[in-house]
Amino acid sequence: MPYSKLALYSGNRLFPTMGREFLEQPTIVKIGIVLIALGFLYNVGMTVLKGRKTVINVVLLTGLVGLAVMFLFAFYNPDNLVLDKYYWWWVVHLWVEGVWELILGSILAFVLIQVTGVDREVIDKWLYLIIAMALITGIVGTGHHYYWIGTPEYWQWLGSVFSALEPLPFFFMTVFAFNMIFRRRREHPNKAATLWAMGCAVMAFLGAGVWGFLHTLAPVNYYTHGSQITAAHGHMAFYGAYAMIVLTIISYAMPKLAGREAAPPRAQVVEMWGFWLMTVAMVFITLFLTGAGILQVWLQRYSDNPLPFMVVQEKIAFFYWLREGAGVVFLIGLVCYYASFIVGRRQAGEAAA
Amino acid sequence: MRELFTKGMARNIYYGGSLFFILVFLGLTFDTTARIPERAHVEALTESVARGKEVWEEYNCIGCHTLLGEGAYFAPELGNVFDRFGGSREAIKAFIRSRPEQGIPGRRSMPKFDMSEADLDALVDFLEWTSKIRRARDWPPNIHG
Repeated sequence: MPYSKLALYSGNRLFPTMGREFLEQPTIVKIGIVLIALGFLYNVGMTVLKGRKTVINVVLLTGLVGLAVMFLFAFYNPDNLVLDKYYWWWVVHLWVEGVWELILGSILAFVLIQVTGVDREVIDKWLYLIIAMALITGIVGTGHHYYWIGTPEYWQWLGSVFSALEPLPFFFMTVFAFNMIFRRRREHPNKAATLWAMGCAVMAFLGAGVWGFLHTLAPVNYYTHGSQITAAHGHMAFYGAYAMIVLTIISYAMPKLAGREAAPPRAQVVEMWGFWLMTVAMVFITLFLTGAGILQVWLQRYSDNPLPFMVVQEKIAFFYWLREGAGVVFLIGLVCYYASFIVGRRQAGEAAA
Repeated sequence: MRELFTKGMARNIYYGGSLFFILVFLGLTFDTTARIPERAHVEALTESVARGKEVWEEYNCIGCHTLLGEGAYFAPELGNVFDRFGGSREAIKAFIRSRPEQGIPGRRSMPKFDMSEADLDALVDFLEWTSKIRRARDWPPNIHG
């Protein structure tokens, strides 16, 4: 099927995708997202109302409310491209570096309490500190997206200063996770969930924190904006801060839902294979894209004789092949991860029989 | 042992700090929003430019290209494509029209889109308008984007 006919065949006329990056959902799907977010909010909200009100679930609720509210900006698409981009980032940035850090922080804190048995007061204090830093740096840190899109020049200063501090909450999150695990008061049988929790904190720090900082200062970003450096950062940050926290809570909750404390040991081993394959592969994907990015920036924007985009892409193709290889390893890791559920079910079946 | 840094203090930093910076951000947003019309030359934002943005979205150009650095990094930056084509509307239109149906073997090539003449004109209007947005340091660094 020709690409140019894709819009026609996929019914773009009936369900326009609006053609904005990350917000490609047709309007009807966007409305669906809002409804699902509200359903989630209702579910968690009613659970909190009926049960114990803890710092963790209040922070989680705040995050979910923020998530639902910020998404409403997805419906705003003005004719003026600069305004469009300004508010587009309210969904894209303020989700990741705003409300999502509340959700990430609270889920991580919850899992850490469960698997380490460390005193809730200690965990709560860390959580407050982490989310305080996240919002203090992250909100005005949105400015690192406002350097070159037609917004006033002062964003270069604001964005650079505040987003230079954005690695801090992620760094504290890593220190927090490891500290709690070293101070654990019990050996939780769910080793896989513990591994995911630690890995999540580390990868979020590396991807969002370190790789974010790499190109967040305006004078650097002038050369790297919209290059493969951005792609490298995006891959690791989303895997660390979005995907891994979801995998952490799934790892913790799935056995619980099946009425046991942890998955059988053999299933956990397979799951941990999945963890290592995916995580290491993601590190390499990031490194290869960074290599591609450095070359691209040099050849296309920095050297004395800058070359056209397509010429440069040909020259850096080698790195894309390496990145493709790492992607295949990632896929194998994903298969291991899925297989761990089947192994778990089979072992549980054997034990019951 | 008395704690030097209590949970209450951490909570206050969270609520106070967040509220303060939300207000700062809203203030900055107010200022930026007020300056955007001038920087983006709204007087030149004609109906055709607005239609061009729709065309841009309908054909999902962002699925390959970047526009002012945001997009898919798979195809060239188009925020300055108007300048790259020497400010020639005809050259841009001819490029879009002349994409081969079957692509170019062994390399990335833009698909052939069957746009109406009016849509094509609107799209070029949009790209021309975009190229004139006043951007800090006149990003991108050079004509190649």
